[in-house]
Amino acid sequence: MAISMKNQAAIAGIGTTAFSKNSGVSELALACEAVRNCLADAGLAPGEVDGLVTYTLDSSDEVEVARAVGLGDLTMFAKINYGGGAAVGLIQQAVMAVTTGAAKNVVVWRAMNGRSGQRMGQGVSGNIISSDLIHWSWYMAYGMLTPVSWVTMIANKYLHKYGVTAGHLAEVAITQRNFALNNPAAAGYGKPLTLAEYLASKKITDRLCIYDCCQETDGGTALLITSAERARDLKQKPAVIRGVTQAATRGQEQMTSFYREELDSLPEMELAAKRVYAMAGLGPADIDAACLYDAFTPEVLMQLESFGFCKRGEGKDFAADGNLRLDGRLPNNTHGGLLSEAYIHGVNNVAEGARLIRGTSSNQPKEVNHVLVSSGVGVPTGALILGRD
Amino acid sequence: MATTGRIKPPLGHDNKWWWDQVAAGTLALQRCSQCHTLRHPPRPMCGECQSLSWDSIPASGRGTVASFTILHHPQFPGYQYPLIIVLVDLEEGLRITAGLSDCDPADVAFDMAVEAYIHEDADGFRIPMFRPATGRKI
Repeated sequence: MAISMKNQAAIAGIGTTAFSKNSGVSELALACEAVRNCLADAGLAPGEVDGLVTYTLDSSDEVEVARAVGLGDLTMFAKINYGGGAAVGLIQQAVMAVTTGAAKNVVVWRAMNGRSGQRMGQGVSGNIISSDLIHWSWYMAYGMLTPVSWVTMIANKYLHKYGVTAGHLAEVAITQRNFALNNPAAAGYGKPLTLAEYLASKKITDRLCIYDCCQETDGGTALLITSAERARDLKQKPAVIRGVTQAATRGQEQMTSFYREELDSLPEMELAAKRVYAMAGLGPADIDAACLYDAFTPEVLMQLESFGFCKRGEGKDFAADGNLRLDGRLPNNTHGGLLSEAYIHGVNNVAEGARLIRGTSSNQPKEVNHVLVSSGVGVPTGALILGRD
Repeated sequence: MATTGRIKPPLGHDNKWWWDQVAAGTLALQRCSQCHTLRHPPRPMCGECQSLSWDSIPASGRGTVASFTILHHPQFPGYQYPLIIVLVDLEEGLRITAGLSDCDPADVAFDMAVEAYIHEDADGFRIPMFRPATGRKI
């Protein structure tokens, strides 16, 4: 019989660095600072950490972080592929390790000089011939080199088919900016965004402006995952992992799933939804708040449909009715998200999910029993449901 | 100062043959030798019957726009902006990504009829492009 991962593990520690546009330090230094802060938050000694997980895109290797921070003997370490699609995958690895005994205390992190160093928007390139590079080769020669160029190809069809306007996308951007106004760590802190400013802003593609696109950030976020039992003995209120899954579907590509019959839905996110709800024994009606991956505003609307909060094509109406706001049906990205807090590749969204369960968000809704968090959109992805102990 | 041209596709076993055909003036579609299913972008195995044997057929080049993206920023050397990229549903039943020329950005539309042609850069590099349908051959 398969081992159930439901309620076996919890997020017991959250650590971040400052989020900035120029850290002035190495990515390894950011990783170490985030991990140290995470362990201090949890009240766990560094020597007790025996598992580490990060992104294939992270430049800091597991043993470099372990050596610098002074972690203990490691019995599980892994890197997960697909950029922001890895966010929830890190948690899944950690939960599998904790549930099976592969490791007891797993730290996951992402740390990047995403503005002063390697910027996601500077374009793909490379000299080593791999299947990944051949995949990008079909786009490079046409100048289709950046996440926004790939995402708009799908979003454009979706926006066209369902009559989504700039005003609908602005609702997502402004709602999250308003959250950031209460979050001193956020890039959007102290920077209100009006509809007029949104509408007058720089166009990146024909359908997306600068405010539809996420931040570029120097910073790091780390999370401690341990057994629910151990988490109860640590310093913070546990955010229990009810369900977690990765998801990629037939015809999936990295950012360029252009060859499936339908262009206006997210099959991998629908698979993630089905799996995570089944594992948790919950449905959309049970979810009180969300951190839906928000590298670009249309992705939020599309995911509202993937996760069953509204019907196909009605994401725009769900948002326009104010449902993503603090007093709405589904407060979303209450820290400001990737759009207005920081782009730590989605790990900062997982951190906010844990804060919402703790009751410590800078925009804490009244009653939060369950929070849904998703990984990157348009890539192999995943979903996570956190609950109260 | 030398101008930087279009970024050339990195070439390996699974795509060089296709660009070789483009250089020879053909937009090729990969076909499974066993079950004859067409596939694009090219891959080493047929996802329908798992055969590693394949050949290719020339595409008619006729199709319609399934989606498109018009890029303004960031701008890379070697490309003209606004840069129009289209997903084209080919009449053979496959979809392909390519650039669109001879069309005002304001006129690009879903479902518009387009046709492929082989464009040649100043440095001799050849690449398939699409333009609004005129009835001409590739």
